Amino acid sequence: MMLHQKIVPISSHAESIISDARKELGNPTRRLLGKQVMTLGGLGLLSGCDLSTDTSVNMMLRTMSGFNDKVQALLFNPQQMAPTYPASMITRPFPFNAFYGIDDVPDVDSASYRLQVSGLAKGKRAWTLTELRALPQTSQITRHICIEGWSAIGHWGGVRFADFLRHAGADLTAKYVSLHCVDNYWTSIDMPTALHAQTLLTLSYDGQVLPPQYGFPLKLRIPTKLGYKNPKHIVAISVTNDYPGGYWENQGYNWFGGS
Amino acid sequence: MNPETIQAAWVRITHWINAGAIVLMVSSGWQIYAASPIFPVIHFAPGMTLGGWLGGALQWHFAVMWIVTANFLVYLGLNIATGRLSRKLLPISIESLSSDLSAALRGRLGHADLSHYNTIQKLAYWIAIMDIALLIVSGLAIWKSVQLPLLRTLMGGYDNARIVHFVAMSLLLVFLVVHVIMVALVPRSLLLMLRGR
Repeated sequence: MMLHQKIVPISSHAESIISDARKELGNPTRRLLGKQVMTLGGLGLLSGCDLSTDTSVNMMLRTMSGFNDKVQALLFNPQQMAPTYPASMITRPFPFNAFYGIDDVPDVDSASYRLQVSGLAKGKRAWTLTELRALPQTSQITRHICIEGWSAIGHWGGVRFADFLRHAGADLTAKYVSLHCVDNYWTSIDMPTALHAQTLLTLSYDGQVLPPQYGFPLKLRIPTKLGYKNPKHIVAISVTNDYPGGYWENQGYNWFGGS
Repeated sequence: MNPETIQAAWVRITHWINAGAIVLMVSSGWQIYAASPIFPVIHFAPGMTLGGWLGGALQWHFAVMWIVTANFLVYLGLNIATGRLSRKLLPISIESLSSDLSAALRGRLGHADLSHYNTIQKLAYWIAIMDIALLIVSGLAIWKSVQLPLLRTLMGGYDNARIVHFVAMSLLLVFLVVHVIMVALVPRSLLLMLRGR
């Protein structure tokens, strides 16, 4: 697009700007505002404000992330199910993903394995794999969405987490459930999500015993949350009212991590 | 309002808030994209991105999204309420579009009267408005693909929503480049957006 415009001399704009400025300067409150704005700008320059490292900016971003936790808790509808898919749509092979490489996947001994329950729970405190496998089982084919953006459809089987929490005598009015893993990963979730019908204490993958790369012996599958809220190799569960944080969450990932 | 004022204060304020917020959204969006590129051949230099790492970029993206959305709703609401939308951005007829387009291609489309948009400008601003709306909707579909099933379906599923979001971002950048070139060619329009006249 080329233009043929009437050329208006820049000097005429300059004159009108100067005459405007004179008018503004006649007003003492405007003069004060101008001074204040300049002082603020000067301070900004002196502090060498860098958007990525400035601590006050980081504080503000963390505050906004906390605000987004509240918004997501409000948006979360316990009746809203994550979409399920036919077996033909399962992603094969389902991607392995962790904060370490596949060679470092922990090797858990099934005979000595115990799931420890602590905090606000009145029931059984240590569960063997046989006891967990004896609880009513269900399965789902749902989409795993990673915070990085990719997604994959998988087939998980196990015990509804809400059923397990009831069996364990958990206080279902508590705010949080924290989950600790054998590889020192940990995360925590809100109680409404813990009680969601699709939140699954996973013991199997695609009809087989949960393989090590997908979290043997126990993973929490939450299709309403992002991947980092779906811990693997779980060894301890705690029901609490004190904010537990998490491995990635403490570094800056959003805590609610809802999808 | 000053009779000479062509761009009301609210137009200028929402314009510059949007300009700043879009820069933050695009640069943090590129950092998020780097974690799992949709198109393996498309990469963004780390120097052009905001946030330092995925977690930092997401914090920026999900903080500034509120500013972009609130500002967009104020801009759109005031445009409708004041009648500016129908006064300045309408009507667009096929005849005026084809005559302005042929004038532009022959280099004869003038910008002497900045209080009046030619048809190509009107169309460009409509595209920008619709595109920002699409960015917000596709972004919501990615952020809350389970909780907002209608948006997810409209965007063709979660994975497709990411592609829509990326394409809409690219279109906005094309608009931005053309917009800035036009401002460089008609510098008075920059003054207009700063001081209203």
